[in-house]
Amino acid sequence: MNAGDVLGPLTFTVTRADLVAYADASGDHNPIHQDEEVARSVGLPGVIAHGMYTLALVGRAVAEWTDGAEVVDLGAKFTSPVVVPAEGGAEVVVAGTVKSVADGLATLALEVTCGGQKVLGMPKAVVRTGARA
Amino acid sequence: MPVDPSLVGREFPAPAPLTVTPERVRAFAAAVGHPDGAVPPTFPIVLAFDAMQAFLDAERIDLHRIVHGEQRFAYVRPLELGDELTATLTVTGLRQIGGADIIATASELTDVTGAVVCTGKATLVHSAGAGGAA
Repeated sequence: MNAGDVLGPLTFTVTRADLVAYADASGDHNPIHQDEEVARSVGLPGVIAHGMYTLALVGRAVAEWTDGAEVVDLGAKFTSPVVVPAEGGAEVVVAGTVKSVADGLATLALEVTCGGQKVLGMPKAVVRTGARA
Repeated sequence: MPVDPSLVGREFPAPAPLTVTPERVRAFAAAVGHPDGAVPPTFPIVLAFDAMQAFLDAERIDLHRIVHGEQRFAYVRPLELGDELTATLTVTGLRQIGGADIIATASELTDVTGAVVCTGKATLVHSAGAGGAA
């Protein structure tokens, strides 16, 4: 892995059923991720994906790009909600480049979008490259 | 109702430890489509969420009025099957923007030896009134 390497964009479809499965697996049963009425009552545009679901998709993309390299840092701001319609799904695109490689760690620059709009602010992932420092 | 400002600095432990069992990892990985056999890097949220829920329960804050604003994890070592982890959340900051409370938290996940496995930083956006989200 070298600085400047482009990591091919990966597209993931998120459905309401995915959010139900995620709620069960994660324990986060916040109804804003299930119930249109509750979501709108707190000012959201509709049912939104768990921010952590979107971040999990980033983790999945990183695992695919790096063949399961050890992740030492992962995070983002959830700046714009991923609105998930009742029918069909929302498409989340995770794209990246290798920003820097130093001391056996690679820092990835990421862009995560839904419908062409950035949904994560300052997303960051750092993985161990296996190379000796 | 705004969140009590004296909360800053208070700690909220998750009510119970979490064992990283193959079943839990498999269910979580399947839910997010993560490759089989690996512990997804966001798995620690399961325990961090328990600590956050303990905080919300203690302060009588409704979960549905919370939107996750930011989450960052730093891993000291990878989680392993069989790990028994405990978590404590600390409220690190509180400010108000447009009728919403922005609650900053830090959480620490430790194993049975007391060693820190993972630390988390999260921002929780609490919309206080009906339809009050900014």
